[in-house]
Amino acid sequence: MATIEARGLRKAYGATIALDGINLRVEEGRILGLIGPNGAGKTTALDAILGLIPYQGELKVLGRDPWNERDLLMRDVCFIADVAVLPRWMRVSQALDYVAGVHPRFDRAKAEAFLAKTEIKRASKVRQLSKGMVAQLHLALVMAIDARLLVLDEPTLGLDILYRKQFYDSLLNDYFDGTRTIVVTTHQVEEIQHVITDLMFINRGRIVLETSMEQFEARYFEVMVKPEHLAAAQALKPIYERQLFGRSILLFDNVDRLQLAELGELRTPSIADLFVAVMGSNAGTAQGAAK
Amino acid sequence: MNTETKQPSETSFESQAIAPMSATRPFYWSVRRELWENRSIYMAPLIAASVVLFGFGMTAFRLPQLRRNALALESARMRAAIELPYDAAAMMIMFTVFIVGIFYCLDALHGERRDRSILFWKSLPVSDRTSVLSKAIVPLAILPLLTFVIVVATQLVMLLLSTAVLLPSGLAGTTWQLLPWPRLSLILFYGLVTSALWEAPIFAWLLLVSSWARRATFLWAVLPWLAISAIEKLAFDTTFFIRMLVRRLTGGFEEGFVVVHYPKDAHVPVVDRLTQFDPLKFFSSPGLWIGLVIAAVFLIGTIRLRRYRGPL
Repeated sequence: MATIEARGLRKAYGATIALDGINLRVEEGRILGLIGPNGAGKTTALDAILGLIPYQGELKVLGRDPWNERDLLMRDVCFIADVAVLPRWMRVSQALDYVAGVHPRFDRAKAEAFLAKTEIKRASKVRQLSKGMVAQLHLALVMAIDARLLVLDEPTLGLDILYRKQFYDSLLNDYFDGTRTIVVTTHQVEEIQHVITDLMFINRGRIVLETSMEQFEARYFEVMVKPEHLAAAQALKPIYERQLFGRSILLFDNVDRLQLAELGELRTPSIADLFVAVMGSNAGTAQGAAK
Repeated sequence: MNTETKQPSETSFESQAIAPMSATRPFYWSVRRELWENRSIYMAPLIAASVVLFGFGMTAFRLPQLRRNALALESARMRAAIELPYDAAAMMIMFTVFIVGIFYCLDALHGERRDRSILFWKSLPVSDRTSVLSKAIVPLAILPLLTFVIVVATQLVMLLLSTAVLLPSGLAGTTWQLLPWPRLSLILFYGLVTSALWEAPIFAWLLLVSSWARRATFLWAVLPWLAISAIEKLAFDTTFFIRMLVRRLTGGFEEGFVVVHYPKDAHVPVVDRLTQFDPLKFFSSPGLWIGLVIAAVFLIGTIRLRRYRGPL
C-alpha cells in the first residue's frame, strides 16, 4: 500500500483552481520534496492530504480517506504546517504534558532527550523562545511521535542557517528510519537536495515534474560548455541555458552522458537550476518528458 | 493495490498501540489546556472575591452599629439586612463570571485561528467535537462550579470576619442565628445549575460566532439580535423579541424558583427559602428545552465550522 495515493485530486476555491486533477503516489519510506512557486498548490495539496480541506477526486492516505477519517488518521500522521504555530501562551512543560495526554504514540522521554540537547527551558513560555527554538521545540514534539507519515510545510521558513541545517540533520539522523514517509515543501531547495529521495515540481495546480533522486542524477546533467563546443551543445537541445562568468551552462535532459562529457565540465544540476529551467519552459512539455 | 491483505495486520497494530488511551483522555487534557490558556477563568472571580472581602473588611468597623439597627427591624427585613452583604458578594462574583464566560466564548475559537495555533491543535489526534466540547464545558460547567466554590469560600470568610468583629459587642451569635448560610449555599448551587442550563444557548451562540467570524466577534454576536429587535419594533411596533432576549440574559437565576416580588423598598431578597425551589416548573418549561435544543444546534454548527476553518 502506498502511503499517499491520489487520483484526479482537484480543489477549487471559487473560480481559482488550486489543484487541477493531480495524480500522486508516495511509497512508504520515501522523502518527497514538493517544490513549486507561491500559489502553485503545494499547501492545498498538503491540506487535502492532512484532511484539513474537502476535495474532489480520489485520495487515500495510509489507506484512509483524510477528510472523513481525519481523527483516526492523525494518530499516524504528524505535521508541521508552518513555523510558529505553537501557541505563544503555552509553557514548554505544558506542551509536553498536553501532547503526552492526547497522543497515544507520543514518547515523552524521547522529546525530553531531544530538548536536553537544546537550550530550551521547561518553564519557558513559547513567546519567550526565539523563532529557532520554537522550531526546535516543535520538532522535538513531532519526532517523539511514532507517526508513519510526517508532513512539513516550509518548516524552516525564517530560521537562520544554523537552525535550518540542524533541523534537517535531526530529522535524518534521529527520526527517519526508512519506514516512515516524509513530505516536505520548501523554497530553500538547496537544503533538501541531499535529504529527499523523490522530487516533485508543482505549478498552477499541476504536477510538472516527478522523479526519484536516482533518476534525477541519471537523467539531468549540467554542462559548462567550452566556447568552441557551444553550437554542438545547443544542437543537443538543452532545456535551459544560462551564463556564468562569461561561460555558457547548459542543462540537458536525457542526453547521453559520454556525449556531454566531451563538450565540457559535467555535473548534476542543483534542484534550483532545474526548477528554473522547468518552470521557465513550457510546463506541458516538461510533464510529457517526465513520462 | 493490496489494501485488503494489509488491512488486518494494520488494525491489530493500531488497537495494540491505542489501547492504553481512553476516549476521555483527549477531552480531559483539552479542558486542562483551556484552563492553562485562559487563566481569567479562575483569576477574575478570585479578584472579584478579593475586592468583595477587602470592601467588607474596610467597612467592618460599622458592623456592630449596623447589626443593632438591623435587629430593631421586623423579622423579614431584619433577615434581609443581615443577608444583604452575603448576597451582594455572591452577585458580584456571579456577574464577574458571567462576563468572563462571554469573553471566553467569543475568543475560544477565534483566538486559535488568529494566532494560527489551530494548525498545531489540528495536527494532533483530537477531534473537532472534542475540541469544541472542551470549550463549551467551560461556561456550562466549570465556571458555575468555580463560582460556587469561590462564593461559598468568600461567604465563609465574611462570616468569620463578622463573627470576630461582633464578638466584643456580644452580637456574634446573631449572625449564626439569623443568617441561613447553608441554605443560601444550597440556593446558590441550584440557581447556578438552572442558570447554566438556561443560558446555554447564549454561550453556544457566542462559540458559534467565534468559530465563524473573521473579526469583530463581539459585534457579530450582538448586532444581529439588536437588528431583529429593531426590525420587529419598526414593523410591528412590538417588543416581543427584545423581551425574550433580556429574559434569556438575565433570567437565569430566577427561572428555577418561585420568585416573590416584594416591594422594591423592602430590600428583601427575591429568593431566600428552600420552599421557593421549583424544579418542576423549571424542567417543564418549554423555554428551557427550546433553549437547550438551540444550544445543541449551535454547538453542532460550531463543530462543523471548525472542521472547515483554518488560520485567519
